[in-house]
Amino acid sequence: MDPALKIVIVDENPLRAAILADGLLDAGYIHVTRIEETANLLVRIYTLDPDVILIDLENPSRDVLAQMFQVSRVVKRPIAMFVDQSDAVAIEAAVDAGVSAYIVDGLKKERIKNILDLCISRFNAFARLTDELERAQTALSERKVIDRAKGILMKMKSIGEADAYAMLRKTAMKENRKIAEVAQALITAAELLK
Amino acid sequence: MKADSLRIGFIPLIDAAALLIAVDKGFAATEGLAIDLVREVSWSNVRDKLNIGLFDAAHLLAPLAIASSLGIGHVKMALLAPFMLGLNGNAITVSPGLYDALASAADGKLDDPKVSARALARVVAGRRRTGAEPLTFGMTFPFSTHNYQIRFWMAAGGVDPDEDVQLVVLPPAYMVDSLSSHQVDGFCVGAPWNSIAVQLGIGRILHFGCEIFARAPEKVLAVRAAWAANRADALERLLSVLGRAAAFINDPAQVDEVATLLAAPNRVGVAPEIIRRTLKGVLRTAADGTSRSHSDYILIGRGSAGRPEPVHATWLYAQMIRWRQARLSSDLLAAADACFRPDLYESAAGETTKSPFGPSDGIGAFVGPPFDANDIASHLAALKVPLYPR
Repeated sequence: MDPALKIVIVDENPLRAAILADGLLDAGYIHVTRIEETANLLVRIYTLDPDVILIDLENPSRDVLAQMFQVSRVVKRPIAMFVDQSDAVAIEAAVDAGVSAYIVDGLKKERIKNILDLCISRFNAFARLTDELERAQTALSERKVIDRAKGILMKMKSIGEADAYAMLRKTAMKENRKIAEVAQALITAAELLK
Repeated sequence: MKADSLRIGFIPLIDAAALLIAVDKGFAATEGLAIDLVREVSWSNVRDKLNIGLFDAAHLLAPLAIASSLGIGHVKMALLAPFMLGLNGNAITVSPGLYDALASAADGKLDDPKVSARALARVVAGRRRTGAEPLTFGMTFPFSTHNYQIRFWMAAGGVDPDEDVQLVVLPPAYMVDSLSSHQVDGFCVGAPWNSIAVQLGIGRILHFGCEIFARAPEKVLAVRAAWAANRADALERLLSVLGRAAAFINDPAQVDEVATLLAAPNRVGVAPEIIRRTLKGVLRTAADGTSRSHSDYILIGRGSAGRPEPVHATWLYAQMIRWRQARLSSDLLAAADACFRPDLYESAAGETTKSPFGPSDGIGAFVGPPFDANDIASHLAALKVPLYPR
């Protein structure tokens, strides 16, 4: 653990970048900078002169970093990929999580091992969070659709809520569809017949 | 027959067409291949996911397949290129401002790359005299034909691409934005991005890639060497399906369907009209409607273009040496050559003769000595002197 290491996070997703930055700060790293805007990325990175660069895989600018491996005038400080031949497991875990790491050439890999581990776990946690949020939102909107369909049935057939739900459920089972789908079809039909 | 499942990565570019059509037209399914196409945002991702086995195969920059096999720039992984998905297809586009500057400095017609390369050298020298910032050009990846095309053109006029201008990597999708915001003065990129810059009125196409090199290896279907050995049967069927898709793409009667399929948002995702013009090789080069056509603007399978030519592997390795990405050694040369596998292509296509197409050295550069695959060192030495000194 080396608190003096300068770490740059390149991620256009501000929430995920914040979660990762917090994790790194909590772990004791004090020089953590986030880059969200990828225009002139190399210039920004050179200005910050980081030891470690973390970038998300959804970012097309990842290819821009490939230039830092090149021997040319614009490249001031050679950068290497964190992983090498022996790190098949590390690279798989990172790609799976959706993140990639680059370090200044010559920096010992052991010094940043825990940065990458932390990065992978935060990215995974973020993906789980997003999944859950999406599921919750889908569930919520399905619930609203079903409620509206129930209302339509109750009004048209003069039945109670429980009976309306039972009708939807029965139809869904018969047609091998989701209740929300049957409810949506009912709403569409009701709109057409208005 | 149980379908073989394959996951294949691609970047939304027109030269992924053979792969996309093979799946979307149902050719793959007919051959018992269930292909899951994965659209990616960067070449680094495609390479990494192919390397670690998340992809069975990928649409890849031809030089990147070689760089991976040589272990330069990244983890060493032996890749094979048994099918050439595309030859040519790139273009050099410049801002209207730079175009005008080149036109005033030109001693002939600018659509001749010898004239434009000399004009560029004059513009660069003029900017240096007045203390103006060096011109900046974008290309898509260090190991890309775009990089080698723009460098060859600049160097031919006496411009050193590392010293006299800034050459930066930009993702294709950001190329057009960077030109409109004046972060770059020009770029070399594949289809459809040059046409989009023209359509928006922010760029002029200066040269088609095929005006720099008549026949340049652009994208390959890449697989891991170990995978090719384990899944030889699936690979052979994949190659035959790609051949069928390429033939379909080149059938004039199918142009509309091909353009419509490729235009889908989860494929290349641009207007069918731009795809049609690209495949025909008729491109608008300026906002005023000026257009230029070249039958070899992009070659997808046409005239044996699908065959990975050994001379192309050698030539790409020579470009890496010229631009100091790799050193010259017989081991590396052998590894580069081993990457291109015309034998696999031929056994799937039932083709045995070497193609009689194209220039005699396999490349056809617009200037300079023909490429000599048997003597890279002498060939590169002959290119050291500016071919058209200012």
